Amino acid sequence: MERLLTSIFGDTIIVTVVMAAIPLVFILVYALVAIYLEMKLAAHMQNRLAYMRTGWHGTLQPFADILKLLQKEDIIPTAADRILFTIAPFLVFVGAYAVFAVLPFSSEYVGSNINIAVFYVIAVGSLAVVGILMAGWASNNKWSLFGAMRSAAQIVSYEIPGALAVLAVIMLAGTMSLQDLSQMQSGGLQDWFILGGPIGLTKKVLLLPFMVVLFVIFYISTMAEVNRTPFDIPEAESELVQGYNTEYSGMKFAIFYLAEYANLFAVSGVAAALFFGGWASPFGSFMSGGLWDPFWFITKGMAFVTLNIWLRWTLPRFRVDQLMYMSWKVLTPFAVVCVLVIGLIVVW
Amino acid sequence: MIINMGPQHPSTHGVLRLELVVDGEIVVDVIPHIGYLHRCFEKHAEHMSNYQQVIPYCDRMDYVAAMNMEFGYVVAVERLLKLEIPERVEHIRVIMAEFQRIASHLIAVGTYGIDIGAFTPFLYCFRDREMILDLFEMTCGARLLYNYMWVGGVSHDLPPDFIPRAKAFCSYFKPKIKEFNDLLTFNEIFVKRTTNVGVLPVDVAINYGCSGPMLRASGVDWDLRRDDPYSIYKKFDWEVCVGKAEVGVLGDCWNRHMVRMREMEQSVRIIEQVLAQIPEGNVQSAIPRRIRPNPGEVYARTESPRGELGFYVVSDGTTSPYRVKARSPAFVNLSVVPEISRGAMIADLVAIVGSTDIVLGEVDR
Repeated sequence: MERLLTSIFGDTIIVTVVMAAIPLVFILVYALVAIYLEMKLAAHMQNRLAYMRTGWHGTLQPFADILKLLQKEDIIPTAADRILFTIAPFLVFVGAYAVFAVLPFSSEYVGSNINIAVFYVIAVGSLAVVGILMAGWASNNKWSLFGAMRSAAQIVSYEIPGALAVLAVIMLAGTMSLQDLSQMQSGGLQDWFILGGPIGLTKKVLLLPFMVVLFVIFYISTMAEVNRTPFDIPEAESELVQGYNTEYSGMKFAIFYLAEYANLFAVSGVAAALFFGGWASPFGSFMSGGLWDPFWFITKGMAFVTLNIWLRWTLPRFRVDQLMYMSWKVLTPFAVVCVLVIGLIVVW
Repeated sequence: MIINMGPQHPSTHGVLRLELVVDGEIVVDVIPHIGYLHRCFEKHAEHMSNYQQVIPYCDRMDYVAAMNMEFGYVVAVERLLKLEIPERVEHIRVIMAEFQRIASHLIAVGTYGIDIGAFTPFLYCFRDREMILDLFEMTCGARLLYNYMWVGGVSHDLPPDFIPRAKAFCSYFKPKIKEFNDLLTFNEIFVKRTTNVGVLPVDVAINYGCSGPMLRASGVDWDLRRDDPYSIYKKFDWEVCVGKAEVGVLGDCWNRHMVRMREMEQSVRIIEQVLAQIPEGNVQSAIPRRIRPNPGEVYARTESPRGELGFYVVSDGTTSPYRVKARSPAFVNLSVVPEISRGAMIADLVAIVGSTDIVLGEVDR
């Protein structure tokens, strides 16, 4: 992709801009689809129909929602810290958008093929905490502050089991580049890291249970990182009204919303790239290359997004202390043991 | 830190305002402020031109269990008048009261799910409640505030296809209770959130005068339908649901929720028996032309979905009541909240308030 653009435009700034803009376009289109998908799935789980009036089966409703949000008055509470209040939603969105830079959409396209991509994902993933804390503090609202504090505690604690799970995959693969990781898994279903990766059969059988456990740990921690039920305690509606975004309205609120969905796909994409082959086709060389690559990547990402939506509308919410308990006393020890065993298997 | 919860807060179930003194996430003290929905029910009742006109005001006290409210009032006035009620009317009233109890408990457990963070069970509850409201609508035309039970009778006889449809609902609803238990009641996260939270010991419950599911969840076997029988509840075979602490300890939020779930089963059981033996008759034959009780007073208590609903009616021999005092179960149950929520977390407080199942219309009257 980069080569193609360079051949057209030469080595100019245009190439960089286009490369950077592609994920943004993707996020905007995906957010519309995801909002529609979430509303429809939730509705059908709940014996309802959701949007039916705007367009065929309400397909135009996400556009209408965005138009509505654009028209709304942009309220900044008098007592709020104006500068921080304005920056916060954008910072949260930047944290989510930055992850897209290293997501390998296809063997031809990745925003930036840096060799420490996984490390980078973990690092910029925490940027959202700063934004959320900022939003909670700047709103000058006690409920918002509660939400922000909860969010900070939650994201910090769930990064540890998540990072440990990622570490195991890095140990197996010996690379931190998401593009290389996807490349390694392109030999078909049996090469995916959820099944032990491209490695001998004996080791594969030994690795399999640990990888599955690690994937579950990773998935739970990503769910916590995107603040969605059962881990939506920072914006727990029935407790904190709307948590850190209580005071936000109009476009600023929409940016938070967009960031939430962007983050959701970002972590799903990382999960797909780490454990499920990224853009690699499950059938080896069959149905791979060209447009099949982004197709597989987006399909896998959307599968995790759907799973997340499904869980969100099924489960109740944890309490703050239970959430911490689960992270520190359940997930982290399990992750440590898994990493240790996987390390031994790899060395052996 | 002092923080204000309500009256515009998603989980205060109406216009309750709680003043919280918190230390981080821990609740140090709770001060409930009520009165946002005060509508002078008792004063209105004194100024009505007759006893019948009070009934619609009773509806509006506890608007999710309006039938039970009317029931309490008409029982009180009928005792004052020493009126004989036709058998068919008594049967219809029990059917309606028990259907209303199911509908009210469905709202209680559904919104409780929302308080804990599960949205989906709420809509399942509303789907089933809708069918009960349809039954009410075909009987008396109203879906929420009925003015159905009159002194000495009811406003409309049952329509011809009421009984088959009510039977169909009962057989439809029984498996749904199990489905709901699987989805919410025994959900691991739900159990974790509600057990050992807001434990209401028996002595505190009795000292504060709690009643209904609140009291029964603490292990007290007390139900006015059995222990101070009114209407024809004696005739039917059913059980009083007491908290059994299958999970957690007696008197915690989970047990209050579970008592409500089991009471719905028992209500279905009562309704099925009533439907099987409902006699024919005229539902309006005993309605007095003019209600003019002899001077005197009466206190009649009935079991509303929230507990002991008492009406104290004083007559001075005229056509309108001299004094009507309602003993509201939700008000009493709310008063115990500060006692049981000290030391809990904010999330627990939401669970505790939800488990008391208050309706602010009845608290404030």
